[in-house]
Order: sequence, then C-alpha cells, then structure tokens
Amino acid sequence: MSFPLLTAAAALPALGAIATAAVPAGRRTAAKWLALLVSLGTLALAAVIAVRFEPGGERYQLTESHAWIADFGVRYELGVDGIAVALIALTAVLIPFIILAGWNDADPAPDAAPGLGGAAPGSGGTPAGAKHYRWRPTQGFFALILSVEAMVILSFEATDVFLFYILFEAMLIPMYFLIGGFGDRAHAGSDEHAAAQRSYAAVKFLLYNLVGGLIMLAAVIGLYVVAGNFSLTEIAAARADGTLEMAATIERLLFLGFFFAFAVKAPLWPLHTWLPNAMGESTAPVAVLITAVVDKVGTFAMLRFCLGLFPEASAWATPVILGLALVSIVYGALLAVGQRDIKRLIAYASISHFGFIVMGIFAMTTQGQSGSTLYMVNHGISTAALMLVAGFLISRRGSRLIADYGGVQKVAPVLAGTFLIGGLATLSLPGLAPFVSEFLVLVGTFTRYPVVGVIATLGIVLAALYTLVLYQRTMTGPVKEEVRTLPDLRLRELVVVTPLIALLIFLGVYPKPLTDIVNPAVEHTMSDVRQKDPRPEVEAAQ
Amino acid sequence: MSTTAVHSLWITAAQPLDKIQAPHIEYAQLAPMIIVFGAAILGVLVEVLVPRRSRHHTQMFLAVVALTAAFAAVLGLAAGGYGTTRAGIAAMGAIAVDGPALFLQGTILLAALVSVFTFAERRLDPSADGRRVDSFAAQAASVPGSDSEKAAVKAGFTTTEVFPLALFAVAGMLVFPAANDLLTLFIALEVFSLPLYLLCALARRKRLMSQEAAVKYFLLGAFSSAFFLFGIALVYGYAGSVAYARIADVVDGTVQTIDPALAATMGNDALLLIGGAMLLMGLLFKVGAVPFHMWTPDVYQGAPTPVTGFMAAATKVAAFGALLRLLYVVLPGLSWDWRPVMWAIAIVTMLGGAIVAITQTDIKRLLAYSSIAHAGFILAGVIAATPEGISSVLFYLLAYSFVTIGAFAVVTLVRDAGGEATHLSKWAGLGRRSPLVAAVFAVFLLAFAGIPLTSGFSGKFAVFRAAAEGGAGTLVVIGVISSAIAAFFYIRVIVLMFFSEPRPEGPTVAVPSPLTMTTIAVGVAVTLVLGVAPQYFLDLAGQASVFVR
Repeated sequence: MSFPLLTAAAALPALGAIATAAVPAGRRTAAKWLALLVSLGTLALAAVIAVRFEPGGERYQLTESHAWIADFGVRYELGVDGIAVALIALTAVLIPFIILAGWNDADPAPDAAPGLGGAAPGSGGTPAGAKHYRWRPTQGFFALILSVEAMVILSFEATDVFLFYILFEAMLIPMYFLIGGFGDRAHAGSDEHAAAQRSYAAVKFLLYNLVGGLIMLAAVIGLYVVAGNFSLTEIAAARADGTLEMAATIERLLFLGFFFAFAVKAPLWPLHTWLPNAMGESTAPVAVLITAVVDKVGTFAMLRFCLGLFPEASAWATPVILGLALVSIVYGALLAVGQRDIKRLIAYASISHFGFIVMGIFAMTTQGQSGSTLYMVNHGISTAALMLVAGFLISRRGSRLIADYGGVQKVAPVLAGTFLIGGLATLSLPGLAPFVSEFLVLVGTFTRYPVVGVIATLGIVLAALYTLVLYQRTMTGPVKEEVRTLPDLRLRELVVVTPLIALLIFLGVYPKPLTDIVNPAVEHTMSDVRQKDPRPEVEAAQ
Repeated sequence: MSTTAVHSLWITAAQPLDKIQAPHIEYAQLAPMIIVFGAAILGVLVEVLVPRRSRHHTQMFLAVVALTAAFAAVLGLAAGGYGTTRAGIAAMGAIAVDGPALFLQGTILLAALVSVFTFAERRLDPSADGRRVDSFAAQAASVPGSDSEKAAVKAGFTTTEVFPLALFAVAGMLVFPAANDLLTLFIALEVFSLPLYLLCALARRKRLMSQEAAVKYFLLGAFSSAFFLFGIALVYGYAGSVAYARIADVVDGTVQTIDPALAATMGNDALLLIGGAMLLMGLLFKVGAVPFHMWTPDVYQGAPTPVTGFMAAATKVAAFGALLRLLYVVLPGLSWDWRPVMWAIAIVTMLGGAIVAITQTDIKRLLAYSSIAHAGFILAGVIAATPEGISSVLFYLLAYSFVTIGAFAVVTLVRDAGGEATHLSKWAGLGRRSPLVAAVFAVFLLAFAGIPLTSGFSGKFAVFRAAAEGGAGTLVVIGVISSAIAAFFYIRVIVLMFFSEPRPEGPTVAVPSPLTMTTIAVGVAVTLVLGVAPQYFLDLAGQASVFVR
C-alpha cells in the first residue's frame, strides 16, 4: 500500500493543532513557531500532492478508501481532482501567512482587553478559593487555525458525501471560537460593546451555517434513502449509466438541500449577511481564513457535489442561480462602495466576487468553470494580500474607519504600495492573477448567456470605484494628525505580503501551471452535467 | 339418605385439586434483575444493621458491586446468544429476554453505575460540622428550616437510603422494557416510579423546591399510572388477556375464540383504541413527550442534580424500551391507527421542546426542555416501524444517556454560596475562569446540538435515516428544523461561557472527587467514541433489534 498522502496532509495540521494546544502556558513563542512549522510542513505535503498529481490521468487520484461506519454506508474515501489540488494548494499556501500575520494577535494583553485573547488569568475578581487553570489564548488561537486547516483540506479531499458533510459542519466550531474569542481590538465602541458585537457576529456566523448544514443533513439522508451509499464516484457512475434513477422532484429537492448549505457558506445573496459581521469583528488573519479558505469549501462543493450528483437539477436551477449570482455581484459591489469600515468593505467586495465564482460554475461552460476555479484561488490570494495589509494598517492606528485615515502613502510608502497592489488585484487589473479568472468567467458566461455576462461587467466597474476610492481616501491626500507617526511595514509583515504579491503577479502573467491542472477536471465536471460548450457562431459563417 | 349426605347442606365433597405447579423460573436469564433487587433489599438491611458512620461506604460498595454484577450478567446473557438466537420468554411469560431488552438493560445499568458515582460525591458541598456531606438532605422527614432539621444537620446525618432507593428504581427499570405482559409492565412502572418520587424530594439545598418537585411528580405520575391501569383494564376487556402475544393475536384477528365471560366486550375495537391510547399516554408521560411533559422542567429543576441526571437518562431508556415493545409487539396490527397519532406527538414534542427551551434562564430547566426535544427525535425513530427504527432508537438511547449524565454531573460542579448556581447568568465567563470544565460542558452541548463527530450526531443521523426510510420524510425535515432551533440555545450557553465577561460575584467551580470525575470522563469518552467510531455499537444495536413474542 502506498503512503496515504492525502490523509497525511490533513493529519499533520490536526496533530499539530493538538501539539500546539498542549504547549505550556509560559511558552507562547514556542507555540507560534510550532504552528508555523506545522503549516510549512503541510505546505510541503501539498506540494508533493501537486507534483504527484497527473493532470491527464484518472479523474480522482491518490485515492484512499477504508471502511468506517458500514451501518450508515459511509466509507473513509479520499481522492483529488485538479480542482481539489488547486484549492488544497491555496489553503496550504495561505495558512503560514495567516499564522505569521496573526503572530501577536492572540497574546494576552496586560490590561485585560476583551475576548478570550484579552484577559489575563484570574482577572475579573474571581472569588477566592476557585482553582485556576492557566488560560492559554495564544496556544488556543494557533491550534484552532491549524484544526480549521486540517478540516478544510480533508473536505477538499473527501469523495464520500457523508465524510464531506461531517467536515463541513465540524469546521464551524473552531471558526466560531476564532471569531468570537479573538476579536479585533481596533473597535470604535467600548470594550463591552466590542465584546457584544463580536459574540453577535460569532453566533450569526454559526447559526446561518448550522441551519444551512442541517438542511443539507436532510438532503444527505434523502440521498442515502435514494442511492443506498454515499460514495460520490459510485453515485455519479450509477447516475451516468442509468442504473440509479431519480424522480425529477426528488432530485430537485435534494439539490436544493445541498445548494442551500453551499450558498450560505459561499455566501450568495440573500444568505450573505453573516459575512460582513464575521469579517468585520474578527482579526484580519481570521477574516482571511473565513473568506479566502473556509468559504471556498462552499463554492468547491457546488462544483463537486451539486453538479456531480444532481446534473439535471443543476441545469433546472441554473436561471435562478445565475440571477442570484448577478444580484450578489452588483449588490455586493454597491454596498462595498458605501462602506465606512475598511474590513466590511472588503467583505462586501468578497460577496461580489463570490457572485462571479457562482456565475462561472453555473454558466456550464468549460471556460466559465475553469475561470471559477482559478477565481477561487486568485480571490484567496488577492483578498489575503489586501486584507492582511489592511489589518496591519488598522492595528497601527487602532481604527477600522476609512475616515480616520489620510495621506498614509507619505508616511508609510511600502504599506501603501502593497495595499494598492492588493486593491488592484481585487479590481482585476490585467497583469495580476484575478484578471485571468474574471475574464474567463465573463467569456464563459457570455458564450451561453450574453445578457448575464453583460450585466456582470457592471461588477468590474463598481470594483474599480470602491477600491480606488478606498485607496484615495486612506492613502492619498493630506496627512492626518493621528496618522503622522505610523511606522511602515516591519520585517515580519513584509515576509507575509511580498510572497503573496509575487504570486499574484506570477499567476497573472503565467497562469498555465494552474490551468493545466484545472482544465481536465473541469471537463469531467462538464461531462457530469452532460453539457457541451456552445459552438462559436463564427464557425457557421465559414 | 347416605351417611355422607348428612352434612351436605353446607358441605360438598371437593374435587381433588390438581397439584399446584411450582412456577418455573429461569434464574439465569433473570439474573440481572434478581441481582439488583437482591442488592436493593440488602441495602435496606444495611440501613438497619450497619453503624451510621460506615453506612455510606457500605451502601456505595454494595450498589457498585450489584450494578457491575448485573451488567456482567447482561453481558453473559448476550454472549450466550440470548439476545439473538436463544431469545425467549422467561418467568412464565412475564419477562422477555431478547435483544432489545438486554441492550436496554445494559444501557440502564451502565447509566446507573456512573450516576451512582455522582450520588456518592461528598466533596462538593462544604462540610457540615466537620463532616463531608453529599447532595442529599440530612434527614428527609424533618421540615425544612425546623429545629429538627438543624439538629439532623448538626448530627451529621446523611440520607444513605438513596442507594437502595436508586437500586429499587434501577430494578424496576430493568423489568420495564423486558415486561411481556401488561401487569408486569404496570408493576415495573410503579417499582421504579415510587423510589424516584422519593429521591426527587431529598435535595440538601433548596429543599422546598425539591419537595415541591417531588409532589408534582408524584401527583402527575399517579394520574398517569391511573390512566395506564385503566388502559390495561380496557385492553383486557378487548383481548381477554394481558399477555402481549395473546393481545397481539387478537388484534391481528388470528384468534377468534371468545371467552364466554367477556363475550360482550371481546373484539370491541373501541375498547382496544381507547385502551391502547391510555397505555400510550402512561408511557409518553414517562418519556416526557408533549403534551405529557408538564412535569419535566419542574422536576428536573427541583430534584437533586445527581438524581436529575440519573432520572433523565435511565427513565427515558426504560420508558422508550417499553414503548417500543408495546408498539412493535402488541400493537403492530394497529400501526395504521397509532402512527398518525405518534407523528403528531413527535412533531409537537420536537418543536415544543426546542422552542420553549429558548426562553429558559435556568440551566437545569434548559436541559429539561432539551430532553423533551430529544424525546421527539427518538419518537421519530420509533415511528419508522422497521428493524432500523428499533436499532436506531436503541443506539440513540445509549448515546443520549451518557451525554445527559455527564452534562448534569458538570452542573453539580458550578456552585456559589447557595449551592449549585443553576441560573444561566451565573455561568457567564465560566470559560475564562475554568476552561476545562467549560470545554467539557461545551462538548456535551455540542453533542446535544448534534454537531458531527459527537454521539449526538450519530444518534440523530441514525434516527432520521430510519424515519426517512420508513417513509417519514416530512418528519425528518421538521426534525432538522427543530434541531436548528435547538442549536440556538445550546450555542447561547457556549457564548455565555466563553465570550462573556465573568461576573465579580460569580460562582466557583468545585473540584470534585475522582467519583464525579469518572462520571464526567466516561460521559466525554462515550460521546466522542460514539461520534467518531460508532460502528461497533451500531452493529450491536442492529443485532439487538429483534423482539420475541
């Protein structure tokens, strides 16, 4: 038996999470380095997966299959296609930067600031006689991040619907503690107000996603009743050769159950309202973890499970979903224009971008779906760059409001420059990675649904507006008094930002390594839904 | 006139009687019940004969040994094939020894064993006059606040009677799911209910509330018993027998012979329907299903917390066992009639429990309403009317018992000057103050909420799957919706524990003895094992899912 590479890529961060949590209270720095090393080790494993993966080979590679809960028809089945490899690589690349960026976010503050990260043990007038366990927020923070990484990677690898569902739900719990327990210290209101806002955001996040997940649970059970097992490959094969018939109504209901959960996670309008709260109240690295990593599980699952298991229903629902995606694109962008809070602005921009991703998936063209997959990767990198720099900025000034900044580029030119590149990537400037994917999505959509494609371009225009206005208001203009003393990026921060920007430029100029991996997988997905690309009309004229 | 006729005015010669047959008792198959009954009686003797200062240890030792031995006996029977191939009827038709009975008896015994540890805990309450005391009243008979109570406390009395009482309750619960005729069922019901009424009244702190809970429980329980008994009478009138197999035959129509004495009533469907409904009422009362749930929150809140945990877990197991046997063995022929009713009850129970729980401010009441919602989930599995339905209910009961006992054991640890601090506001910031305790409680809450990788999820999945396969898809959707509602209040407690500032005058977390620690550790271990690797136990429940008739 060969080395279980896929399991190892998830097991390493999982074990690392346990080890990090077990680091003694006094050794915060050791915990940080341990977490960083584990995430780098995971990156190495992801690289091995990417190298061992043969783009032209079998659809699912490096497969593993073990009996798990036979009574539920559940197996521990893993396998990756090109889409999964790309997203595993994205996750593994981003986590070390998230850890580095959040290096000091969870250190206990001496003045008993709010949140789990805040209070020193024993503060708050504990009655005498109570026994104290020493609270270790730093260890907890990094352990939670690593456990999220483990679950996200395993969910990209799972080819068993039940296994995927379990991870999809279970990853909510560490995310919930990350949002609620380690809030942004740069909050306008009082500490109590901040704590209330944060726990509101955490609960909103959890309830939205839990409701989505529970509705999916009903559909998962329904799928079992219809199909008798949970293996994605078996069910898809049985559907393709006609041995598994599904009544149209049943298929549509099941599809809706799955899609609802993924649309909450993605998030798609009108199920998006948890995202601005969650991203606004959490620290910048956690916000990146939400939007760049965890939310990708939602769009990934649409591609793998909605299209793979329910092709007819996917085609049936396409018009409505495209409509929702369009609303997301325009609505998210419009709200981003109106934001006064930097992090909420980035959150609404993400909603707009998720609209593009969903649109590309349901355009049912090769270009659209390849574009969407690339978009997931590129959006992850570009949002990470923008959000992390924004986080550095906010931590310096202690405010998230755009109006509190001005003229930063004169004080901290490197910070302003990296912020600009992140912003330009967000508005899909040619030469930076997101341009390639956005272009592909639009072209892919246009060939089948020209009107939708045209309206979607509105999103690009608005993106230029909100990013450039954000840059203009914060970085240019007269230097504000409070901004005058802001230091420029430190070494640790440069180490975070530089590689991300390098990646954005590299993938913008030369996206071939990524497209080579993704394209064959997308063709499989297209054959799942029994769709062919529309024939170019020029051909007929010849 | 013959000589013998002299006295014939008032005497006739009797027919020589048949020799009375000595009842044939299968001692081996009944061993679990006999062991526990015997130990309970021994426990009463211990109260009389053993000096006061060594009673606590003796009683605890006796209870633990008895429960362990009974569990070993259950295992022995199961290993001997009495759960599957050699399943049969024992004690002249009174007791069924089959898979579901043995599985549930094993669950009840394990639950009781870990509960007894919390009963015996003596480190949590501050010592009274230099003596360690447990959570039970010094002298139950003394009026709260009276001089006699003070004297009893001062003398360091403890109510060691709780151990034999608990053993009697356990013995009744062992008989309950195994009872194979209605009279045995009724006697088992009373045998386990009466000790529970008493146990509820024995709290050391907040005694008035405890006594009020006991009176409520007793009065409502007596009502439900009356209904139950009336139901038995009506069903007897219908079938001419109280034996399960005989009633089932009459319901099926395979037996036509009419008992001449009952010619007027036998086969009268009205009797069967009304009687069956009354029987169900009695059982649903014990289960705590809406609309028979009114006692649950008050009793759960007022009873001493170790008793609450024991009662919440073991009573539910026993009552669902009896409900399963009644519906699947006695009334399967009537399933067209009882299924719609049970549908409605399952729906209102799931939704009612979940919705009302949102407004609760006391942790014990919250857990009470949560137990109601869980009863609804289990009912969804009962309705399936398939072997998978039986096995999923068995598995759910196993999973649920340990989560419940563990959760209530954690509740006993959080204390302030007035005893346990059960008001939710006092739990604020517990995660900051005692991360370990809060984390353990969070695991139990997540299991209640049915988050994957906990036993709550495996159980819920099993039950919902069985319901869906049994054609109750709508019920599954409603179950999922009420799970979402329920998740809200479990999460609210987690928010309170981890994300709120601790109160300056907040409660302390007492450090328990190894007894309660064992209970909590077992609870966590079972919760996680059944969540991550449930296959073995699902198999076990699957093998155990055939009733004998």
